[in-house]
Amino acid sequence: MLALQRVSKSFGAVAALRDVDLELVAGEAHALVGENGAGKSTLVRILAGVHPPDTGTVLLDGEPVTFGGPADARAAGIAVIYQEPTLFPDLSVAENIFMGRQPRRSLRRIDTAAMRARSRELFDRLGVRLDPDRPARGLSIADQQLVEIAKALSTNARVLVMDEPTAALSGVEVERLFAVARSLRDDGAAVLFISHRFDEVFDLCERITVMRDGRRVDTAPAAELTVDALVRKMVGRDVATLFPKVDTTPGDVRLDVRGLTRHGFFEDVSFTVRAGEIVALAGLVGAGRSEVVRAVFGVDKPDAGEVRVDDKPLPPGDTPAAIAAGLALVPEDRRQQGLVMELSVERNATLPRRWALSRAGLLFGGAERRSAATWTQRLQVKAGRPTDPVATLSGGNQQKVVLAKWLSTEPRVLIVDEPTRGIDVGTKAEVHRLLSELAADGVAVLMVSSELPEVLGMADRVLVMREGRLVADIPRAGADEESVMVAATGARP
Amino acid sequence: MTAPTAAVHRVFVVRELGIALALVLLVGVTFAVNTRFLSAQNIKDLLLGSTILAILAVGQAIVIITRNVDLSVGSILGLAAFATGNLFVGNPGLPIPVALLAGIGLGALCGAVNGGLIAAARVPALVVTLGTLYVFRGIDYTWATGRQINAADMPHDFLALGTRTVLGVPVLALFAVVVLIVAGVFLKSYRSGRELYAIGSDPDAARLYGIPVGRRVFWAFVASGALAGLAGVLHAARFGTIDANAGLGSELNVVAAVVVGGVAIFGGSGSVYGAALGAVLLTTIGSALPVLGINPFWQRAAVGVLILAAIGLDRSLAVRLARRLRGGSDRGR
Repeated sequence: MLALQRVSKSFGAVAALRDVDLELVAGEAHALVGENGAGKSTLVRILAGVHPPDTGTVLLDGEPVTFGGPADARAAGIAVIYQEPTLFPDLSVAENIFMGRQPRRSLRRIDTAAMRARSRELFDRLGVRLDPDRPARGLSIADQQLVEIAKALSTNARVLVMDEPTAALSGVEVERLFAVARSLRDDGAAVLFISHRFDEVFDLCERITVMRDGRRVDTAPAAELTVDALVRKMVGRDVATLFPKVDTTPGDVRLDVRGLTRHGFFEDVSFTVRAGEIVALAGLVGAGRSEVVRAVFGVDKPDAGEVRVDDKPLPPGDTPAAIAAGLALVPEDRRQQGLVMELSVERNATLPRRWALSRAGLLFGGAERRSAATWTQRLQVKAGRPTDPVATLSGGNQQKVVLAKWLSTEPRVLIVDEPTRGIDVGTKAEVHRLLSELAADGVAVLMVSSELPEVLGMADRVLVMREGRLVADIPRAGADEESVMVAATGARP
Repeated sequence: MTAPTAAVHRVFVVRELGIALALVLLVGVTFAVNTRFLSAQNIKDLLLGSTILAILAVGQAIVIITRNVDLSVGSILGLAAFATGNLFVGNPGLPIPVALLAGIGLGALCGAVNGGLIAAARVPALVVTLGTLYVFRGIDYTWATGRQINAADMPHDFLALGTRTVLGVPVLALFAVVVLIVAGVFLKSYRSGRELYAIGSDPDAARLYGIPVGRRVFWAFVASGALAGLAGVLHAARFGTIDANAGLGSELNVVAAVVVGGVAIFGGSGSVYGAALGAVLLTTIGSALPVLGINPFWQRAAVGVLILAAIGLDRSLAVRLARRLRGGSDRGR
């Protein structure tokens, strides 16, 4: 019904999709699996008409089509549920469902009553109680996801694409969603389902496509595959050789987190990180990992619990105190949180030390330049000139500038959130080498990562979070894809 | 889920109700001090005084709802006012509707320049309209070259527009009412109107959703410009004397009226009714303070306090609403 033929897509220097073929058949549920960064979400966005493919064609009913935008794809009967809900917080739930397709009465006015009634019908079909008149602001992630699902249902789609819709849903809600997806499929719709939860994949889908590094590895009927075989196809390389982890002997406890709680985000999280140790914090998207490290660093104030550095308690919600105690956070979203894109490389690299580098409160260029030069050289940042704006650098080099910025403070505890997201393989290896060196120098490293190979290759210990709770603490020897995935998804193999 | 629903509705109503209440309170207190404040003549003056600000505020609200701002409205008003006067100087027998359409058209053209620059060049509206504020005013100055158009240059019927009343209501105010209702119905009951709210609420989600963001924002600026053009024509009719300084500096009053009227400055919520009420409130303050024996120099400070109060109210309502929705939701966790 809907097919991709040799589709490629690049963003800047990063090739997200390379010659990918995919065929969705009416009345069949098709699963798409792969590690984070394998290109699944890019593929979804091409199907949704958000991005045009660089090369290759999209075929609908055998005819090549070009989507000018998401509206075209929707008009063609393709409904997409994105990983991150995309609702309008100020508008009512009903309007969010029917935006642009509101039922109309005389004079083409919007029929609010009909819109409300149809929203109720949709929610009844999904078996949830949600008020169509309330604004979307303040809905829990699960409820937002349900609104997205109602939105997709309301279009009577011929193709339903779901990008990890279940990450935030409970078991009962997942069952209901699957019941709806199955009924759509039985009515002749094609379903594309993306998930990290293998039990769900095998539960719902007849056919499975595995992707890795932007390529399609294999497509096979679900009946011919096992979880083991899938994981092998997904990872597809010898994990250990890629990661230059130096063995170290952990020293004293540097970071001690006790009973940290932020209601609605995470509950009762306790762990320690020792000097020289790399501890990975793994889990699915939305499990609360980034929220935990933000609270540890004092960006968000926790509701309960304590953070101790070198056995001294940190005042909660006080970032300057955390920095003074020797903590450094390299955030997940470097564009939004890690860098001032318009400022120069050297300015960015010295931002956290602007007081240490100033004399009588004034910053002189010389001190900045020297400090920046030291660290950008050590990290091999490839920039035209140190005065170029950071925005002109590639993703990998931007990430190095963020690292340089925090390493120049000579942290005792380094927290990195998704340190290698969206950067190429070569830079990845450099970042890994650097983290390993730092640990060898006695820095305690806490690494949040969604990339399993990275977690398994780099970490001395793997902490796993699921739905806001710390559910496993696996030492390096016992950590493999399966043990981490089982803990992260709560699945019984 | 009935409890949170009621809370939501209450909060949405509270925004406009709060301004209306402040207005009633102000008028009540002033009336108690001096009963002549509510004489037929004074009410008429208040309505007349609010009209032009209210029309500008309606246009501005449409733009602010999309998370943009139009700072050039004062200059567009000035340009349209001078153009209208000039038109009558050249063609003394010109029918009034033609003058109205000419003013609106000129305003729409200026709005199209704003909207086009913002949509095509992807430059923030604040910067673009700050630029066109000076450009349009500059064109106005160059065109006028120090000339002034007087009441004697314009037809009597046209000037009567500024003073005539229907059943005691000034004709000028009726223009504002019609504009208000048309804009209000459009924003509430039409798909493209709702899309303006969606764009202001989350521009990225709007793009992902396939809403033609650039086109909608363009037309929002055209509407704002057209309304500023209409305001310019009415300005000419009301004051009779036009030089190149008409409407100078009024853009900030307009933004103030819109914000006081409960339209969130970051878009996505608020209504044109609130914006119009805000305009009436600001005008009423202007005429109430002298009656109350307060130094009129305090008027600006009073407007400032109102803006801060409006933002404070907004913030506290948002916090309370969020808490209610979380606590009251039966699916909350």
